[in-house]
Amino acid sequence: MTTGQDAVTTGQGAGAVGLGAVTTGRGAVTMAGAVTYCGYCGKDLGEADHAACARRLRVIDPPRFCSACARRMVVQVTPAGWTATCSRHGEITSAR
Amino acid sequence: MTAAPEQVDVLGVAREQVLERGVGLSEEQVLGVLQLADDRIPELLELAHQVRMRWCGPEVEVEGIVSLKTGGCPEDCHFCSQSGQFPSPVRSAWLDIPGLVRAARQTAETGATEFCIVAAVRGPDKRLLSQVRDGIKAIREDGNDIQIACSLGMLTQEQVDELVAMGVHRYNHNLETARSHFPNVVTTHSWEERWDTLRMVRDAGMEVCCGGIIGMGETLGQRAEFAVQLASLEPDEVPLNFLIPNPGTPYENYPVVEGPDALRAVGAFRLALPRTILRFAGGRELTFGDLGAKQGMLGGINAIIVGNYLTNLGRPAQDDLDMLQELSMPIKELSKTL
Repeated sequence: MTTGQDAVTTGQGAGAVGLGAVTTGRGAVTMAGAVTYCGYCGKDLGEADHAACARRLRVIDPPRFCSACARRMVVQVTPAGWTATCSRHGEITSAR
Repeated sequence: MTAAPEQVDVLGVAREQVLERGVGLSEEQVLGVLQLADDRIPELLELAHQVRMRWCGPEVEVEGIVSLKTGGCPEDCHFCSQSGQFPSPVRSAWLDIPGLVRAARQTAETGATEFCIVAAVRGPDKRLLSQVRDGIKAIREDGNDIQIACSLGMLTQEQVDELVAMGVHRYNHNLETARSHFPNVVTTHSWEERWDTLRMVRDAGMEVCCGGIIGMGETLGQRAEFAVQLASLEPDEVPLNFLIPNPGTPYENYPVVEGPDALRAVGAFRLALPRTILRFAGGRELTFGDLGAKQGMLGGINAIIVGNYLTNLGRPAQDDLDMLQELSMPIKELSKTL
């Protein structure tokens, strides 16, 4: 299952838990690491149903929380993409 | 026994008043439109489209927007994820000048004629205005002649004059909702303060862009009130947003506006504002999906924000450009805006 129109891997917000590639929102590039937290709400992916979160990430939201540590990320949205930076795990960016 | 009063068909009235004479609907008439049954929505949209074609023409104005300063706003606009007063996940960020130039270039590449620079502030300080000035200069040095608009909150006369001197041709400052509902949405400043900024902008010769958000708990009567208050401002452009219930904001659990209600709003606002640029803005992705967007474009809308918004994502710009082509709607060219 992908979380975005341009997404290429399973990941954040879609219910996946564990080690592996991460996709965070529409058009995201991947980042290796633990996929533990929801990029939309920041909660543990194993604890609740994140289907609504996945829809938001698929349709209108960039990730706000780091999937590895749940830190709030600094997100810059631009007309054609976005970047999201975790102070500990670095930057991810949309593919566009 | 007296006979029941004859029902006045508001669309029949609108056909003569708005389509033929170009006179926008009154508040009572707009309310009548907002109360139309679902089965009359196609008729409403067809009329609104005819009004748009007659009084605005076939062209669609395309715009891109970018957030220069994100988050950390001291105001408490209850819909906004950028307010520093709510536990929103949106963190503060500044876009640097190279990033702003890239964003303007991406926007121009879509064929857009408008690029709006936005900051989440009560009003601009010297640092922000300096950043805007440097940004506009850099965009021009990049060979980009796209028209530049700004949305920087409430302004002083001196700041209005500075923006004019920078070449900003349009200023966005939304009234957001009806005057009677505004105190429920914002408590840190007043509707009248916003109105004052808009008047200064108009008097200084900049184009006025002023719209709002549908779905913030307003009644249909207040929705009608808002449309008519906007009309009294005679704005050049009205961006029509639909609430995105963002996490951490007081409105995070508000329902998304239903498609039929949104379409009635689109048609009603066109019939209240026959000559104004009416722009599809944020929230349409949740409210309408792909099909509804087409209905809106065929229901009175004649402008569109393409690509992403300030903190939320939009449809890919190419999807909207393809939709306009499919609908045989020409994009307004830069030369025709000068």
